[in-house]
Amino acid sequence: MRLLIAALAMALSAAVQAGVKIEHWLASSGARVYFVETHVLPILDVEIDFPAGSAYDPAGKAGLASLTAGLLDAGAGDLDEETISERLAGIGARMGGVTEGDRAGLTLRTLAYPRERDEALGLLKLVMTRPTFPDGALARERARGIAAIREADTRPDAIAAKRFAAAIYPGHPYGVSPAVDSVGSIKRDDLAAFHRNHYSAARAVVSIIGDVTRAEAEAIAESLTRDLPAGSPETMLPPVSLPAAATVKVAHPASQSHVHFGLPAVRRGDPDYFPLLVGNYSLGGGGFVSRLMKEVREKRGYAYSVYSYFAPRKLEGPFEIGLQTKREQAADALKVANEVLAGFMKDGPTDAELAAAKKNLIDGMALRIDSNAKLLGYLSTIGFFGLPLTYLDDFPAKVAAVTAKDVREAFARRVRAENLVTVIVAGD
Amino acid sequence: MNMNKALLLAALLLPGSLLANPHEKQLANGMRVIVKEDRRAPTVVHMVWYRAGAMDEKDGTSGVAHVLEHMMFKGTEKVKAGEFNRIVAEAGGRDNAFTSQDYTAYFQIVPKAALPRMMALEADRMANLRLTSGEFASEVKVVMEERRMRTEDNPQSLVHEALYAAAFRAHPYRRPIIGWMDDLEHMTWQDARDWYRHWYAPNNAYLLVVGDVDHQQVFREAERTYGRLKARPLPARKPQNEPEQAGVKRVTVKAPAKLPYLAMAWKVPRLKDVDHDRESFALEVLAGVLDGGDAARLPRNLVRGRKLAQSAGAGYDGTVRGEALFTLSGQPAEGHGVAELETALREELRRIRDEGVKEEELARIKTQIIASQVYKRDSMMAQAMEIGHFEASGFHWRDYDKLLEKLRSVTPEEVQAAARKYFGDDSDDRLTVAVLDPLPIEQAKPKSNAKSAVAGRHAGH
Repeated sequence: MRLLIAALAMALSAAVQAGVKIEHWLASSGARVYFVETHVLPILDVEIDFPAGSAYDPAGKAGLASLTAGLLDAGAGDLDEETISERLAGIGARMGGVTEGDRAGLTLRTLAYPRERDEALGLLKLVMTRPTFPDGALARERARGIAAIREADTRPDAIAAKRFAAAIYPGHPYGVSPAVDSVGSIKRDDLAAFHRNHYSAARAVVSIIGDVTRAEAEAIAESLTRDLPAGSPETMLPPVSLPAAATVKVAHPASQSHVHFGLPAVRRGDPDYFPLLVGNYSLGGGGFVSRLMKEVREKRGYAYSVYSYFAPRKLEGPFEIGLQTKREQAADALKVANEVLAGFMKDGPTDAELAAAKKNLIDGMALRIDSNAKLLGYLSTIGFFGLPLTYLDDFPAKVAAVTAKDVREAFARRVRAENLVTVIVAGD
Repeated sequence: MNMNKALLLAALLLPGSLLANPHEKQLANGMRVIVKEDRRAPTVVHMVWYRAGAMDEKDGTSGVAHVLEHMMFKGTEKVKAGEFNRIVAEAGGRDNAFTSQDYTAYFQIVPKAALPRMMALEADRMANLRLTSGEFASEVKVVMEERRMRTEDNPQSLVHEALYAAAFRAHPYRRPIIGWMDDLEHMTWQDARDWYRHWYAPNNAYLLVVGDVDHQQVFREAERTYGRLKARPLPARKPQNEPEQAGVKRVTVKAPAKLPYLAMAWKVPRLKDVDHDRESFALEVLAGVLDGGDAARLPRNLVRGRKLAQSAGAGYDGTVRGEALFTLSGQPAEGHGVAELETALREELRRIRDEGVKEEELARIKTQIIASQVYKRDSMMAQAMEIGHFEASGFHWRDYDKLLEKLRSVTPEEVQAAARKYFGDDSDDRLTVAVLDPLPIEQAKPKSNAKSAVAGRHAGH
């Protein structure tokens, strides 16, 4: 493949054409509901999210949020995990756990025919409201989690990602990764308490898209959230403080060095987001038309993959530049990437770059929302982070309004050299 | 299976059922144009597939199909290097390409107004690529970095590379798609040019368009663009059939890792005739019984039940141009070894051989096949990939519905018969086993790239 899609997938959200009608209401449980009605395909997608991501792991229990979401379907009500997985498979439904930094929850994709839909939603409700967290499943998943951590700790890409998060978020939950000890200390009661405290109706965000009517969607949201726990008062995350500039080097025998540099940069909904999004397209978000790709890959052949992105979160999410290159030339490649960033910070996008970025982001809206699956992603993000319901409609105007000066000023505010942290794994 | 039937009926009543759609036309130069109208969103997927992949390479230039794929973005007589990407990006689209053993494919996903431009650009680089030594020297270094990332530093990739290299002595699937590093280091721009001249012709390609289009308009546009290109004689393709294997083969890879990894591959038949090859469908269903989702036997019995495996999977792709393999693979759970996992995987096959499979297991697999077809309608790219992949292995898209129907007709007896025939007592004669022997990272020496550093020429043009 000419370009690794995964790298681009991080290059963040953009938009939608006008005309996607998002409906929003509160269920009687207090849950916030976001709905798009579309009857073209007999498919229903549902996602339920809670502020219960890994940032809410208690001290010393990193991995709890992820284990909780992952074990919801390991037993619920009277059903064991084998029965749950057989029933889902028997109707062709797919259920999955989601854990990010801020949010955790479940997604469900099912056929929208009444029999399949009702059974799938019944199972979703059951695992969401009455998980049993059996000891046997917990012991097994804890062991698998620990093995996966030990394995990841031998892989240069995983080490680089973990060390980068730790280095840019010192002392903050965003920087903590699950460890052998923390996962090993997690007990059944921890899971039950985490579910009881965090999976509450009042903080639930329900996103629904597909072949159901508004009335049906209302009934679905009511039923899914009615029996959720009352929850504890919402945990507030501590503020993010900016790290001091530093370089972290980690020895590793790999043939390539993995280089990441960046810092905490921007929150969801921050007005700087649009200038950063537009600017980053020219810097390293726009694939082959970006400066990083041209300088590092196309001109010098230093790397297969080189990119930059802003990943806004509830609190300041990261800005990151990343690349992999053979270890002997890591210093040269890093130097080029730093020069590209410095040059961009100084002069910002050219008129041509700015116009190209806007054209791609605005004209590309159509293909970012051309499936139910893609729309569900926007729906749940708008809902969870409290973005305006008109986010998709506003997007073109917000992008179009960005000036080169806006980009330079936003970058100057958010990407300061004195806070840039560099992590090099497998450098010489 | 009443539920299956009801679902099937419902699935067939979906808008744009295959009966009237896709539409097909062959241009005078031999290039086929396949158009599937899907009007859900104002976007379109445009793909050109070439019937040339890594399996058509020769020893010494492994990886050239993929290198040429990279070079296809380096400009033509009319379009400067990087210009193709720029035009796609400005249209609000995205583009990429991929190379497999069997084919090489290029695609753009764009707002529908940009389709004619994409067709003109893609037709242009089918005939007028401008290959220079400078661009090649720089890009082949990028490909070496890609190989380092995907293979050299990825222990499981190394195991799969070793598995194929051991399983096949004569058949070209023994060579990795990305190429051996030494071949990449000694590749010249003339190698890439020769590859392009041999295989990039309209009569060796087919066009796929899925999206918000009118098929007649696409046909007309195809005539104006691809239709102007001349057909060329293609090199002869030798069968390169693999001689019969006469005993189990075992290979070990040492690499920095924590968990061992095991991959087993049996030579089995591929699908040749959709109407008559029942065994290929039985093998496909057998793979589903073992690994078709969470309720399947491997995750259920080995990961959850016996807790022997960190992960375990099965795979079979019968729609290939070359030889088909049935694979079992997995990582043992901590405290267990690869030998134990191998025994357990073999026991799962033995149980199917001896006891067969249950009706309800089969029903689940078939329901999932139907549901997947419905879910695929949510993605134009998935629909295009389905047609493209099927066509690449020599079938006609019209037979895809038949393939699904055949899969749904597989009986428990046929699955058991296939298991007896291909995983019976003498099946080790067609088996290759590759194992990752984890090396503690403290003991691994840093991998020097000294050789490639010398061979890599200076970029610039």
